[in-house]
Order: sequence, then C-alpha cells, then structure tokens
Amino acid sequence: MAITDAPRRPKSPISGAAPAPRPTGARVGTSGKTFGIVSAIVLTVFAIIWLIPSLFALKTSLSDNGVAALGAPEILKNWNPTLHSYASLFQAGDIWNWYLASGITSVITAALTVLFASMAAFALSRLKFRGSNLALLAILFGIMIPTQVLIIPIFQELGAVNLLNTYWSVIFPQVPAAIAVFIFKQFFDGIPRELEEAARIDGAGLWKVYWSVIMPLSRPVVAAVVILTFVGVWNNLLLPLFVLSNPNLMTIPVGLATVQGSFGQRYADIQAGALLAALPLIILYLAFQRQIVEGVTGSGLKG
Amino acid sequence: MTAAPALTRRSQAAAPKARRSIGSALARGEGRGAWLFLAPFGLFYIAFLLGPAVWMLISSFFNTSTVRTGLGSFAGFSNYAEMLTRADFWSAMWHTLQFTLYTVPPLVIIAFVFAILTNRVRRGQWFFRLAFFLPYILPSATISLIWLFIFTPGSGLWATAQGWVGITAGSGVLADPKTAMIGIAIATVWWTLGFNFVLYLAGLQEIPRELYEAAAVDGASNWEQIRYITLPLLNRTTTLVILLQIIASLKIFDQVYLMTSGGPGISTQVALGLVTNTGFTDNRLGAASAASVLLLIVIVAIAVIRQLIERAAERKAA
Repeated sequence: MAITDAPRRPKSPISGAAPAPRPTGARVGTSGKTFGIVSAIVLTVFAIIWLIPSLFALKTSLSDNGVAALGAPEILKNWNPTLHSYASLFQAGDIWNWYLASGITSVITAALTVLFASMAAFALSRLKFRGSNLALLAILFGIMIPTQVLIIPIFQELGAVNLLNTYWSVIFPQVPAAIAVFIFKQFFDGIPRELEEAARIDGAGLWKVYWSVIMPLSRPVVAAVVILTFVGVWNNLLLPLFVLSNPNLMTIPVGLATVQGSFGQRYADIQAGALLAALPLIILYLAFQRQIVEGVTGSGLKG
Repeated sequence: MTAAPALTRRSQAAAPKARRSIGSALARGEGRGAWLFLAPFGLFYIAFLLGPAVWMLISSFFNTSTVRTGLGSFAGFSNYAEMLTRADFWSAMWHTLQFTLYTVPPLVIIAFVFAILTNRVRRGQWFFRLAFFLPYILPSATISLIWLFIFTPGSGLWATAQGWVGITAGSGVLADPKTAMIGIAIATVWWTLGFNFVLYLAGLQEIPRELYEAAAVDGASNWEQIRYITLPLLNRTTTLVILLQIIASLKIFDQVYLMTSGGPGISTQVALGLVTNTGFTDNRLGAASAASVLLLIVIVAIAVIRQLIERAAERKAA
C-alpha cells in the first residue's frame, strides 16, 4: 500500500507545473549518480574491513613463527614472506589424512544425498500413491528438525552398531537432508509432463523416466545440491568431533581443533592450517560462484 | 531356430495392445514403484533422523549413561525436573539468548544495508559479493582460529587496533567474562553476514527497475525510494532472514567450543555445549537427552511459527 502512495505524493506539484518534469528528472539523475558514488565508497571501505581478517591470517601464515609470536604490529611490519609453515604442516603428515577424511566423507555424502533425495523427490513430484501426503509431511518435519540437537542419540546409535571411528559415522547421519528432497521436488514440479509421457508411451519404466528424462534436465539443481552438501559436510564440526577419536580418521576441522593446543606459540602454523582447511572450499567457490550463491539463496528462501 | 521368427511375429502383432497394458500396469504399479523410489532416503531418514529423535525422547525419561548399554532405570520426569532447576541450564539458555540478541540485529540490518548499496553500484558487484560472501563458506574451525588469533590479549590485531584509536586494551576480549560473548558475536557476524546478504540481493533483484524509474520521474528521492518501495517489498525476505537467523543462533556450538570452550568460567556456555558436556563429559545421556528435547521444542516452535507466517503471507498474496 505504501508503494502506491510513494510515487503519487510528490506527483501533484510536478503535474501542476507543466515544464517541471525535465529539470526534476535531471536533478534526480545527478543525485542518483552521487548516491551511487557514495554507495561505492562506503561499500569499498566495508569490503576492505571484511577482507582484513582473512588477509591478516594469510600474512601471519606467511610469517616466521618467531615473528608471529611477537604480535600484530610485528607481523604487519615484517615483510619477509616464507612458506615455512605450510611446508612443515605438509611434512608433519597429519594434514594429508585429514584432507583424505574430509574429501571422502564429503564426496560420498554428496553422492548419496543427491541420488536418494532426487529419487524420493521424483516419487513425491510424479507418482500417485497412498501415503504420499504422509511422506511429504515427514519431509517438512525433517526440514524443521535441527540434526545438531540429535547428536546424543546418533552417537548412541553409531556406538550400538559399531560404526564409531569410521568414515560411515560421519557420512550416514548427514545423508537424510530433507531440504534436498524439497529442493529437488520444487524443481521437478516445474518440468513439463509431456516429456516423460512420450517416454512412457514408448514403454519406459519408472526408473528409465527418472534416470533418462528427469535427471538429465535437472543438472543445475543437482550441481547446487552437490556443492551445498559437499560444503556442509566439509565444514561440519559437531558430528565428526564426537564420532571420530582416531586422529588418523579425523576430518580437517576436527583435526585442527584437536591439535591446536599442542601448537602452542606456533601461530604462523596455526593460521596456515586454518587456511589450508578452507583452501578447497575457496577454490570451489571461485570455480562455482554462481551455483553456490544461487544454491544458498534457493535453499534459504525455500527451507 | 523356428521359434525366433514366430516370437518376433507374435510380439509385433501384440505390440499396440502390450503398450497399452504396460501403461496401465505402470499406473497400477505406481504405488509400489513410488515406495521403492522413497525407500533409500526413507531408510536413512528413519535410521538417522526420526529414529534418533524418538529414541532421544524415550531416553530422556531414563537414567541412560554411556558406561552401560541400554536405557538404564526409569527416571520419569526427573531428568527434566533436574534440568529445569539447574542454574547452569538456565545460564546456558540465557547465553544462547544473549548470543541471539547480539547477532540477529546486526546480521539483518548490516546485510540489508550492504545489499541495498551493492544493488546500486553498477560496476564491481563481483568484488563486494566476494568480500562479504566468501567468509560464509569457510569452516567454523578456520574462522574460529582466525579470530582467536585476532583477539590475542595485548598484542593481537584487535588490541593493536584499539591502541590506534586510543582505547587501552584490557585483559582481552575473550578472556573477560563480560566481553567474551561479544567477541564470539563479532566473529559470527563477520562469518555469516554473507548468507543474509545474498538473500537480500536476490530479493532486491526481483523488484522491477521500472518501479524506481517511475518513482524517480515523480521526484522521489533515493531515501524515499528505499523507504516506500524497497523496504515494503523486502518484508517477506526480512521475516525469513530473522527467523532463519534465530534458529541458527539457537544451534550455536562451533564458535563457542573452539574460541572459549564455554569460558571464562561458564560465561559463554550455550545450550548445545551444555548438552554435549552433560552427555559426553558427565556420561549422563538421559539428562543430556532431556536438555536436547527442551532445546528441540524451542527450535521447532520457532520453525512452526515461520511456516504459519509463510502460509499467512501466501494467502494474503493469493
């Protein structure tokens, strides 16, 4: 309602004086331009502030441990970059195991989530069956349940089936992401039915329709769910922190959190480790910027 | 050999009829097919979502412990009574609320302002997206280690910057019980602002340019355009952002665990930290389950409110 009021209010003086619109338009044009420039300046200042923590971590990681221990002024003053911290982390070797654990768990979880969630979404979007409302309700319920809160019973369950300290203990609990089913269902609902009806008349079974008609049309949403699941599993701390206690199996955030204390004053090494944990995600982000941002907005707006 | 041609001939003759029957068989078999498609996800859903939730509810009424297998002895409501009368439970709840109050307003307002400004800038949008959104995809471990170092008492970047503007740095942001939660909140705002920022940018890009152009022609100032066009049209996004943010804040664990482990003392201990401490340090799974159930009730209640608001908005729009 306010929207319709706004333009009308200043309108009356303008329409009263016939030659007025042109100068007014010009004035608005220049003030729009000034506003644009001011916006750009303010934003640039804040963008730089926003980049400082990451850049400071990078600068620290490229300093000598001795310099880093002296504090921020010394780190900023000292211009003598060295890759020593990175080299020593890779030589120590733990980080390779952590990368492996993070990579394996993230990739397998993303693959299983995409396959199972899209299959479930196909049934919910395309097939008529008794209990479909119940299944849909279960999905909506699943979106509302925060899995973090289930850490205690999930730990008990994994212990009961002897899966603690395996990669599966990190993978399995993260597969049933109800939000992924919802994202797939929304996308499938938008695919015209004519395409699969043609395939069905030609005798294609349900699996064929799903696998050869629906899924090839769904590449953008598959990419979004793969990336979001990958990032989510890679970044998860709570679950792997409690289900993995073997240092060789730890994912990279858990490994870092665990050894952080034993690093003591080796601040350059700690910052190098922190950045190495993020490096694959930074590369992923630079490569798939659009998909990641769209995926985040899509899941945010719907979930 | 002779059977082959006969077979082909018969199948050719029966083709149209067979096709029709396959079609109807599919329709009839859809129910079974649908459940087969649902089964893999359903199995994981039951095993790792619904099952644990039900088990948690049950074990919250028992003296379950990590040292024994099974549920343990029946405890009735005593786990709940214990939690609801424990001072550290309420202090953890208060700290969770405190964290929510510190982070939600800046996360909503700053993200909104940044998005409006970015939307106005013609060139270099990619740079602002990068600067504000990149921290969001970093692991909590990375951001915690970065900010832990920035907050180093005395010689850290934060204390140094305080020195430049003439503030005497005290014992350190995270070391002082009065400011530790503020430190965690600052790190969190820096970390997750990008999420709200891209939600707002997406919302802004859906507003047709003609609306602004029409308003500009009519002489509306930039401020008036924001006040009367942008703000009302972003109402839905704002409601969504606030509720998502509240739910995310209630689940806070990582930053606290990594930056202060709930300290100094228990001054930053939050709900999920209390749950994991009770469960894994004190080995009292029943009591921890009761605390989890209480937290779950709060979170689901807010999620339900969100659904209701969404429904109401949709009905109004329709």
